[in-house]
Amino acid sequence: MSLSEEQVGQIAYLARLSLSEEALQSNTKDLNSILSLVEKLAEIDTDGITPMAHPLHMTQRLREDKVSEEDQSESFQAIAPKIGKKHYLVPTVIE
Amino acid sequence: MEWETVIGLEIHAQLNTKSKIFSAAATKFGAEPNSQACAVDLGLPGVLPVLNKEVVSKAVKFGLAVDAHINQRNVFDRKNYFYPDLPKGYQISQLDWPIVGEGEIEITLGDTTKVVGITRAHLEEDAGKSIHDLYDDFTAVDLNRAGIPLLEIVSDPDMRSAKEAVAYAKKIHTLVQYLEICDGNMQEGSFRCDANVSIRPMGQEKLGTRAELKNINSFKFLERAINLEVERQQDILEEGGKVAQETRLYDAVKHETRSMRSKEEANDYRYFPDPDLLPVEISDELMAQIKQELPELPQEKKARFIAEFGLSEYDADVLTSQKPMADYFEKMIVNNADHAKLCANWIMGELSASLNKHQLELVDAPITADNLSLLVNRIGDDTISGKIAKDVFKAMWDGEGSADEIIEAKGLKQMTDIGAIEVIVDEIIANNAPQVEQFKSGNEKILGFFVGQAMKATQGKANPKLLNEMLRAKLS
Repeated sequence: MSLSEEQVGQIAYLARLSLSEEALQSNTKDLNSILSLVEKLAEIDTDGITPMAHPLHMTQRLREDKVSEEDQSESFQAIAPKIGKKHYLVPTVIE
Repeated sequence: MEWETVIGLEIHAQLNTKSKIFSAAATKFGAEPNSQACAVDLGLPGVLPVLNKEVVSKAVKFGLAVDAHINQRNVFDRKNYFYPDLPKGYQISQLDWPIVGEGEIEITLGDTTKVVGITRAHLEEDAGKSIHDLYDDFTAVDLNRAGIPLLEIVSDPDMRSAKEAVAYAKKIHTLVQYLEICDGNMQEGSFRCDANVSIRPMGQEKLGTRAELKNINSFKFLERAINLEVERQQDILEEGGKVAQETRLYDAVKHETRSMRSKEEANDYRYFPDPDLLPVEISDELMAQIKQELPELPQEKKARFIAEFGLSEYDADVLTSQKPMADYFEKMIVNNADHAKLCANWIMGELSASLNKHQLELVDAPITADNLSLLVNRIGDDTISGKIAKDVFKAMWDGEGSADEIIEAKGLKQMTDIGAIEVIVDEIIANNAPQVEQFKSGNEKILGFFVGQAMKATQGKANPKLLNEMLRAKLS
């Protein structure tokens, strides 16, 4: 499997990355070389093997349903670029 | 051409936990903006999500109630997209290993029942809320809702009409309230429906291109939005056009759907397992404990109402269709087991009508189950007639006191003194000779005239059964 420059451009767009023509070319090359390395895995028979969801052989600890966080919005909003009356403000998003 | 409608629903049920799915911030509705959004919900650097145990239990409860396969090992993924009310740039959700696998639920439409498949149900966090009309040049963001636990219940494309879709949505709505995992409040957004709608020529196997309808916050709008969308797609296809696969917003005020173009191009969410969360392993012990905590389900309750109280299928169905109503009935029946049918009639009749008229929910009814039970008792023991009981009910509704207090204060006790009724009946018969003749010549309907006269004379207090018997005996 290999990626075209157009596909890499699309991935960059989805991640809101702006790539120059040069960067697009070199990134495509690098990504394809990584993909060809990963492709070696295709030679291995993986039937019956559970896909790995996490590298650690541990399971998720669960938390009791208790509220322990107090309202710290004042300190959080002190570092926000712009706030209104208790709201975080961002440039207008038109849906 | 004849078309067949195909509908699948995605229901977001907000799980009613005290704290959020991955943080210990509160989930109360209507709090001051951003007062319930902690560092985890804001996605500040260095924070780690930790899964709420109750969220897991509630999702499993739902799975068990729809006979679904529970994936005791399930995994959280990141769904990546950019929007101001999603501070992390991804929503934590489940893709390949959802907590609840395939299940099914039975819906009833008139006399027919149908099984609707449930594809899956997975856990995810809600996003925050963007408010576009608060400031001229800015979008305001409230992150109190960010991190609220949601169970997204995805149905198979099994519904064939808007009515079926509504029946299914109502069934799920009832179920989550029975299970006490979601408050079902649609106005507050605790229970939201998205509908995937497509049409195909009748008899064709292949599915048509679907549109996803969003922003539907009542069952009425669900039906309207689907019917509107079906018409729109029919018009397009019959004119030789093509339906675009897209997300459309329903506007209840204008009664139209419109395309949300921005959602289309960003449809690649690049899911991957969230490295911040380990796979969830639900132990056999926890499974057993949840199974034990499972409350009586609507179908079971319905069957019990029929078997235990001799209710009709219809009555049992109506009473169990809403948990608060079933609870109300069960409270009434405690001291009134002999009059189950009468209790059912009063809940489904006067009480429901009054609630409708005043636009109240059952939990806010001014008459408690105990008080209505007492009123029904007074009908049952012949203290008052059913007709007088309606007046007493009205007085109770208006807060004039308990049934007994009102009957006493207004002197509404039924006349069961045969002698006294006989005097009145004799007088009426003596004063209405022409009507007596009519009855004797076979006009049965005229009996109603005499009953009416007698009721008038006793202000409705004569025992109707006694009165009828006496009139018949004396007239023939």
